[in-house]
Amino acid sequence: MNEVKCECGHVNPHGTVLCESCGKVLEEKEKEKKLLDMRYEGSARRSQTYNKTMIDKIWNFFSSVKVGVWLIVITLIASALGTILPQEMYIPPVMPAAEYYEDQYGWIGKVYYDLGFHNLYSSWWYLILIASIGISLVICSLDRVIPLYRALKKQRVSRHESYLQRQRVFGVSKIVETDQAFTMAKEKLKEKKYNIREENGNLLAEKGRFSRWGPYVNHVGLIIFLIGGMLRFVPGMYVDKILWIREGETKVIPETNGEYYLKNEKFILEVYDKEKDNEVFDEAIDKAGMVAKNYQSNVTLYKKSGDAVAGEEANLEKVKDFEIRVNEPLKFENFALYQVDYKLNELNKMSFALTNKKTGEEYGDLTVDLNDPQDAYDLGNGYKAEIVSFFPDFEFDENGEPVTKSRIPNNPAFVFKMFTPDNPDGEISFVAIRQTIEPFGDNEYKMAFKGVDTKNVSALTVRKDLTLWIIALGGAIFMIGVAQGSYWNHRRIWLRRVDGEVWVAGHTNKNWHGLKREIDAALDGTSIEMPEDQLQKQSEKKG
Amino acid sequence: MKKQRLVIRTVILLVLGAAVAYTLYANFTKDQVQKVAVGEKAPDFVLTDLEGNKHRLSDYEGQGVFLNFWGTWCKPCEKEMPYMNNQYKEFKDQGVQVLAVNVGETDLAVNKFSDRYNLSFPIVIDKDGPVQSAYGINPLPATFLIDKDGKVVKYITGEMNEATIKDYMEQIKP
Amino acid sequence: MVSLSSNLLYTAFILYLIATVFFAGSIKDKNRTNRGPNRWASIGLWISIIGFIAQLGYFITRWIAAGHAPVSNLFEFTTFFGMSLVGAFIILYLIYKTPILGVFTLPVALILIAYASMFPREVSPLIPALQSDWLHIHVTTAAVGQAILAVSFAAGIIYLVKSVDQRKQSKQRFWLEAVMFGLVCTLGFIIISSTFSAMGYKAEFNWIDKNGQEAVLEYHMPALTGPNEGQLVTDGKFKPLAEMPPIINAKKLNTVIWSLASGIILYLVLRAVLRRRIGEALQPLTKNINLDLVDEIGYRSVLIGFPVFTLGALIFAMIWAQIAWTRFWGWDPKEVWALITFLFYAAYLHLRLSKGWHGEKSAWLAVIGFIIIMFNLVAVNLVIAGLHSYAGS
Repeated sequence: MNEVKCECGHVNPHGTVLCESCGKVLEEKEKEKKLLDMRYEGSARRSQTYNKTMIDKIWNFFSSVKVGVWLIVITLIASALGTILPQEMYIPPVMPAAEYYEDQYGWIGKVYYDLGFHNLYSSWWYLILIASIGISLVICSLDRVIPLYRALKKQRVSRHESYLQRQRVFGVSKIVETDQAFTMAKEKLKEKKYNIREENGNLLAEKGRFSRWGPYVNHVGLIIFLIGGMLRFVPGMYVDKILWIREGETKVIPETNGEYYLKNEKFILEVYDKEKDNEVFDEAIDKAGMVAKNYQSNVTLYKKSGDAVAGEEANLEKVKDFEIRVNEPLKFENFALYQVDYKLNELNKMSFALTNKKTGEEYGDLTVDLNDPQDAYDLGNGYKAEIVSFFPDFEFDENGEPVTKSRIPNNPAFVFKMFTPDNPDGEISFVAIRQTIEPFGDNEYKMAFKGVDTKNVSALTVRKDLTLWIIALGGAIFMIGVAQGSYWNHRRIWLRRVDGEVWVAGHTNKNWHGLKREIDAALDGTSIEMPEDQLQKQSEKKG
Repeated sequence: MKKQRLVIRTVILLVLGAAVAYTLYANFTKDQVQKVAVGEKAPDFVLTDLEGNKHRLSDYEGQGVFLNFWGTWCKPCEKEMPYMNNQYKEFKDQGVQVLAVNVGETDLAVNKFSDRYNLSFPIVIDKDGPVQSAYGINPLPATFLIDKDGKVVKYITGEMNEATIKDYMEQIKP
Repeated sequence: MVSLSSNLLYTAFILYLIATVFFAGSIKDKNRTNRGPNRWASIGLWISIIGFIAQLGYFITRWIAAGHAPVSNLFEFTTFFGMSLVGAFIILYLIYKTPILGVFTLPVALILIAYASMFPREVSPLIPALQSDWLHIHVTTAAVGQAILAVSFAAGIIYLVKSVDQRKQSKQRFWLEAVMFGLVCTLGFIIISSTFSAMGYKAEFNWIDKNGQEAVLEYHMPALTGPNEGQLVTDGKFKPLAEMPPIINAKKLNTVIWSLASGIILYLVLRAVLRRRIGEALQPLTKNINLDLVDEIGYRSVLIGFPVFTLGALIFAMIWAQIAWTRFWGWDPKEVWALITFLFYAAYLHLRLSKGWHGEKSAWLAVIGFIIIMFNLVAVNLVIAGLHSYAGS
């Protein structure tokens, strides 16, 4: 390997621009510049120097910040595209996505759907984009942090003249009382919390070096975050189920291996009330008509004891009572139950009276539990109603036959056979909500609708997410890294004696204004002149 | 040194590449991941049929079990029921048991359905859904073929015709 | 309490306006002694601080009156954003002592507050999803972050006004003027909506929505674009010039057309009065400033604002989303646009650190960044609307 030996004796890795130790400019091109490019301290970024094998080529591709920025920009644009129309998960489930987009948005919707943008964020190419950013983060960081660490570790106090001259803040003063000036400046810099190193009468004041590690710390945080996101795809790490549960119902909680059961005692919906609530809300309530105040399920959590298999009457032990509200999930083990939806007044029971159509006389009431209807209801004295068919969610199919759409009693319908002393063979009547059909001609009797009893149904999301702590850890590390890199500055001030002159140079990774003020304060009272901002001088000359 | 660098880079890139490949793979197969995978032991359960008899899956060890999940409103379920009934008559003496698990409808609805099609195999009702939950059922119909050792041989979603039902029963015949 | 609160906001608005005049005066002041700020600037600063305190008073009294932090709808959020912008300006002014920053930041804050008041201002009760301490933690942090980032926009504009050559035609000159035109249009929207609202203009339409249902729509500006099969119900009001298909929100489009039209007129008037481009007219204000310093202020505010924004708009947002919506991330449009803002400023920092995008390039990026922030605030709430849509209305 052709390493570069500097005149100060330090041996630098191949590709170094500025000597790690004394800062002398090693690369010819850099010598022509008036100001040094101080990125990564002029250290040898390995990616730039080897480019032989395929592996090196891939590596170098991802090591480039330019590629990184492009990846960020492409991801940004892609993400924006996904917000033009709602994603599939947010469209109402009224019709298949393929039809919905065209129906609602015309040809734009069709194109959007055909391009797969309705599911953009889980598309293979979006995942690859995110993954590429992840790879770029790993490689970029590795490629830069090691050389930077070396350069900062190996730096000498006495920097080469060519290095000092080419710093943005630089000045030369001819003074007599050098020692005294140095001592004073040293004291003042110490007050400003600088670490001072001295060598051959030269001085280096440095502070905030740790802010240089900020970017790498935050990249580590992001990588951990992405790993967390990736683990979500591992089976068992993540559960997302919905549990619809009626008042009074006890159901097994999905994905708990039948270990936990939940009983819904009551679902409560409250709205804001002008009488009772803060009167400043009146105007807003008037405008909106109705504003929801609370969605709440009062539940009891049970745990199965003993090892009953699924379906067996399980021995349930009460764990706790809880009021699940939005923003207040019920948590147990690794699970959390969230209030997410509800259905008010689902039909629960329907009452009828067997009635003589002519006289209007009633021969007894019967109440059908829609979740457990009986075959027949005996009303005494020879009056009886039999349920021939039951359609909890009734509709007519394409052949005009009554069928049920689901098992949920949204629109119950019955075929009753009514037995009376007058008609011992029974009369058939089809009874649905607001509709009675007598398929075999005129009946003498009818099932008169008396009333309903309803129940509320609550929908709870069952969530388990074992990746959360990794995501949180990644986020926390990222924030620490960003704060470290943003709110602290790495500042260095060099004072060097050169043939009876004092050379002052300063460098900071950002906030030059602050650096100049500190140099100003440190040199105030000494006979050393305030160095100039060479960049500013250049631009003033130009302007 | 140069070699070492190449090795390190290769390893890092391979690890990253594998992670990405796995994530993509997992993302595209996530909808197909079955709770009860083929080759695994079918989770045991006990359910009561319309006559009040208890059926415990593990009691059928030594026989093949044709485990079908269905609902009365589900058209394909309705279609395949008579076929299952016919084949059940053929195979029940050859050691194949049919268990039809209704996904928690009312007794009345299930009874009427069973009467209408004259179904002779046991129909059990999974009232609060623990068995569906254990098997991860969605959508209907769903059928598990379970061999004589209680292992899942095949998982079928969607409608079956009589020939395929026959073929499946043939597969789990002990 | 509520009326006290709105009076305080009104006071703050007037004070910011006066402060702007003083900051502008401090630049025009010929008797500038040395380089430090002069008396005009100090008065301007004090007025801004008093205005800020008045607005803080608005915030606190409204909080007390409502029982929750007033950041729960578009009006409240945007005024808070404006207040944070003034706060961020005061801090940066204390560091850098540059009156010119006030001349550009305060008007942006003024426009924001005025824009906010175009939306329903009544105190609204919180829907269940918003009933959480995370409401004020997440929303205020995000707004403060955005406000600090917005200072970099002001700095970017100052940089561009000074550096873009107004004498010869260029892309830069065109786009700078386009940004100015955008600001004028916002002003146009504010003027035209407050004019019609002062006149109490109301016109009701019966119309057919995209699901074929009959619906009622109330316009507060004369309808240039009417709704699908719209029937004007209110007598003596302006009849629409054109009828829109049901998938287009005719009312919003109407507002956009009015704002654009008044923006164009206002812009033309300004051009006629100034006899030059707005960018050119502003240029003398920037004569004595140091470009490197402005560049640094811009960069500094991104550096300060980026972590705050990330914390508020992403990290806190994720924590709350996990609690309220069961998942920390759900690709809701507002979430996505927060991510886009984050990515954009991440790109800004990388370009600056590694590719040396200083000065003018950096200034342009700051301008684009602010446009993204405003897009997230305005368009995502009013046009795209997802789970965060209650923030619109």
